Amino acid sequence: MEPFEKVHGVVAPLDLPNVDTDQIIPKQFLKRIERTGFGQFLFYDWRFLEGKTLNPEFELNQERYRGARILVARANFGCGSSREHAPWSLLDYGFRCVIAPSFADIFFNNCFKNGLLPVRLSEEQVEAIFQRVRKTAGFRMTVDLQKQQIQAEGGMSYGFQVDPFRRRCLLNGWDDIGLTLRHEDLITQFESRNAPLLTLPSV
Amino acid sequence: MKPQTLFDKIWTAHLVREEPGQPCLLYIDRHLVHEVTSPQAFEGLRLAGRPVRRPDLTFATMDHNIPTTDRQLPIRDPIAAKQVQTLEENCREFEITLFDLNSPYQGIVHVIGPELGLTLPGLTLVCGDSHTSTHGAFGALAFGIGTSEVEHVLATQCLLQDKPRTLLVQVEGQRPYGVEAKDIILSIIGRIGTSGGAGSVIEYAGQTIRDLTMEERMTVCNMSIEGGARAGMIAPDDTTFNYLRGRRYAPANFEEAVAGWKKLTSDPGAEFDNTIHIEAAGLSPQVTWGTNPGHVAPIDSRVPDPAEFDDPNARKSAERALQYMALKPGTPLVDIAVDRVFIGSCTNSRLEDLRSAARFVKGRRVSSGVEAMVVPGSQQVKWQAEKEGLHHLFRESGFDWRESGCSMCLGMNPDILRPGQRCVSTSNRNFEGRQGKGGRTHLVSPVMAAAAAIEGHLVDVRQYELERTPSSNPT
Repeated sequence: MEPFEKVHGVVAPLDLPNVDTDQIIPKQFLKRIERTGFGQFLFYDWRFLEGKTLNPEFELNQERYRGARILVARANFGCGSSREHAPWSLLDYGFRCVIAPSFADIFFNNCFKNGLLPVRLSEEQVEAIFQRVRKTAGFRMTVDLQKQQIQAEGGMSYGFQVDPFRRRCLLNGWDDIGLTLRHEDLITQFESRNAPLLTLPSV
Repeated sequence: MKPQTLFDKIWTAHLVREEPGQPCLLYIDRHLVHEVTSPQAFEGLRLAGRPVRRPDLTFATMDHNIPTTDRQLPIRDPIAAKQVQTLEENCREFEITLFDLNSPYQGIVHVIGPELGLTLPGLTLVCGDSHTSTHGAFGALAFGIGTSEVEHVLATQCLLQDKPRTLLVQVEGQRPYGVEAKDIILSIIGRIGTSGGAGSVIEYAGQTIRDLTMEERMTVCNMSIEGGARAGMIAPDDTTFNYLRGRRYAPANFEEAVAGWKKLTSDPGAEFDNTIHIEAAGLSPQVTWGTNPGHVAPIDSRVPDPAEFDDPNARKSAERALQYMALKPGTPLVDIAVDRVFIGSCTNSRLEDLRSAARFVKGRRVSSGVEAMVVPGSQQVKWQAEKEGLHHLFRESGFDWRESGCSMCLGMNPDILRPGQRCVSTSNRNFEGRQGKGGRTHLVSPVMAAAAAIEGHLVDVRQYELERTPSSNPT
């Protein structure tokens, strides 16, 4: 996993609550067996009209949000399906950070496994960011995971909290599996203690 | 000792490692795998040169992207065919049992796990699919995971997990006429909202839940994720044990196992982080009107007016939903006409669901202009239903009778809505485009779906004489 220390970039808005992973990456794109190349399908049904023309009504398509690195969204972002294709497509499109008042559990977990930082702020703070994004074309922020701090011009500054273990993994780009396998002896002991329960009848 | 919840007991029994300030290392007893969320995980193993630690505890099937038409024909979509083939190759390479398209045990992963006795009380069970919460109906701790976690379980048979909170949903009293398990869970989601269960494991308890059959309990637990919860669970009892006895992978020393399972209940006085109480007497058949499962209302009510929502975000969400759904505030829900009816999905494709729908359609005809289909949850369900003659009842009334799979619940296969079509569906998600781009979904119980197919619009099933014994044979 690519380590995450900080990201500085344009902020794009997605002004809807309960954005589900079916919207982030619709099902017709889940048949691929790769992990890469999903950015072109991000928010597909919202971004594109028939025949792959960009939908001018969808905010993310506006020129001012081109090259955005940070997405600001509303409550319960990423609900629904467990598809990890959702963070893959956000990352591949160029986002490294999503800010929202709350996230759905599985999506939130999946982000950390891929170097996409989900940041929870209060409803009021998120609203303030939305207002700045709308007011200032090309509005940029810096999200610093080391300092757990968000900063933008004009004195906007918010602290945020990330679980210390997850923060350490993200800062170092650590692979969870490698960390778990350091305790392989404990896993083996657990399996011997519970062997009868972990033996299925042969059929 | 401090009284423990059912969840506490299973959690504690599966702790491999616990360190302050770190997530727990939790052992996983069963891992179910399907074609869509696993290829990248197997590829990760290959790249790192890692084996599957417990292929004997890992079981795979293909369900999401497969056609529900003739099994003898090749899959037309080359990308879907490649994904199915990749699962076959991965299972061969890593020596995992696969119930493939030719297997009599193939089916939706959440239908076949219980059916085969792979799902048992007290187990931890995961799958790269959010509806893994279904298996909690057996008193297991079961939850959906992402592909990175699938790889983690394949490699280590464990998961790093923070301990979730607990939410007790207590449902008491006799459910009224026409109220099905689906209506219970839709009512609960309507009450707690789509994120009300976030960070929590739900335990469903109370007499109403105790009175449910196993298949009904699965319907309830299945949609826990739609209330934002990772898992839902119900303490095992005789209903559970009777369901499991004699299943293919049930323990050989079954009665001994039952004695252990009987301890899997929340102790009197066990503390939950949150509790809600619901009186079954106040429930009625439910239908969704919007674009998330929390947009739900009793069938005898009207499409709500977004202006009456206090929360500005909820108002905006409702406005957008009504626009997408092409519905006007104040319209009686029973006046909504339908184009398609789908009976299937991991929520409602089991034998009792099909019996309940078949009983309704017997001797009636699907309304002209309505396309209706039944997709059994598994080959076993299909076989049993055909043995009972249910397929004749469906076909005679004008329903399509298909092969097993996820089908139009998520429309990864050719079963999709055309833009603008309105579908009454027994599935679990009414998200925009879920069943096909521009498609409009109303979630209901199987009997409500059957009734909508016959009448050509949403109907309140309470106006009919319904048989109430779910296990009786309609033919």
